[in-house]
Amino acid sequence: MKVEKVREPLFSTKNKKLLTAPLNKDNPITVQVLGICSALAVTVKLEPAFVMAISVIVVTAFSNLVISSLRNTIPPRIRIIVQLVVIATLVILVDQFLKAYVYDVSKQLSVFVGLIITNCIVMGRLEAFAMANKPWPSFLDGVGNGLGYGLILIIVAFFRELFGSGTLFGMQVIPDSFYAAGYVNNGFMILPPMALIIVGIIIWVQRSKNADLVDKS
Amino acid sequence: MENLINIFIKSIFIDNMIFAFFLGMCSYLAVSKTVKTSMGLGIAVIFVLGVTVPVNYLIDNFLLKKGALAWMGDEFANVDLSFLSFIMFIAVIAAMVQLVEMIVEKFTPALYNSLGIFLPLIAVNCAIMGGALFMQERDYETIAEATVFGLGSGVGWWLAIIAIAAIREKIRYSNVPAPMRGLGITFIITGLMAIAFMSFMGIKL
Repeated sequence: MKVEKVREPLFSTKNKKLLTAPLNKDNPITVQVLGICSALAVTVKLEPAFVMAISVIVVTAFSNLVISSLRNTIPPRIRIIVQLVVIATLVILVDQFLKAYVYDVSKQLSVFVGLIITNCIVMGRLEAFAMANKPWPSFLDGVGNGLGYGLILIIVAFFRELFGSGTLFGMQVIPDSFYAAGYVNNGFMILPPMALIIVGIIIWVQRSKNADLVDKS
Repeated sequence: MENLINIFIKSIFIDNMIFAFFLGMCSYLAVSKTVKTSMGLGIAVIFVLGVTVPVNYLIDNFLLKKGALAWMGDEFANVDLSFLSFIMFIAVIAAMVQLVEMIVEKFTPALYNSLGIFLPLIAVNCAIMGGALFMQERDYETIAEATVFGLGSGVGWWLAIIAIAAIREKIRYSNVPAPMRGLGITFIITGLMAIAFMSFMGIKL
């Protein structure tokens, strides 16, 4: 007798949702309030923000995958330390990779690559999702949350670079005739406080479009 | 001595963990609802930073840095283990937090009860790891400098969380637009506070 094993297609509706929910309704930064620590300091220019986003996607995706495949063998009492070791190993790999191939950006990111270890998104997703789910959905969940984080990073960096330095990815987009007519770059955009205020505004816009997310209290 | 005071003031006001580097934002946002709990967490952070930064300083200088193993003999003089620093620092932090928790529980149970869940959570607070990594990047010369830097960063973090908690207690009575309530307004206020803190820039003793 042959037992037909029902296999879920790789990108079923449920799995697709894992990827897309963190982009808006379940965004790690603006809704789950995770991983803000390293998010804001790297958003002065688009390039480091982009590299940082990719690094976080890689680390969340693969740490979710590893922990989820090990989830039945990790003793619950020492799970935090096991998770930290897995994350730290992946972060070291990413850091060495960045140092070897994009040294300039890795210098700009300075300590913030190392801080992915303590980035609450990674730990939060491991605890909340990977410990209870199969490897493939966990992998997708990791990619999705990394993307949601990256999205906010890119939006913030876009506005800060455009108004702060008049460039995008280092290329000048505001024409010289504007400067000739008296347009001045807003130097304030480059300073740390503006990152906080832009995120505040993103939260405002998102919540006024989506009434479910508004704080009840 | 002057140098130490300079580092202390600088790490509290100018290189403030929250307002200049956004480190430890997660617990800063989650715990700052009342002044009382934020006071407890702030003190715990000062304590843990004051302990872990010097310990990590010793590890970095006697084990990991290029040439740090020279005390073991000539053949080790060129070993560079600094790629291991992330994993060593996080292990030290996790172990120290556990140790601090046990000591506090044994000797001052009242403080232990009021800190509650926050103490273990400090292990994954980015401010602690950030303190260790900044210590490594800035290359402090003596252990005294590193300790003062750790304590100063802790005090800066404590100051920031107390300030935001006091403001949030008051803002509960104001009429904030509904989509801004909670997280949104907290971000904007933190931004405004960061602008205020920028006026300290350039102070030297």
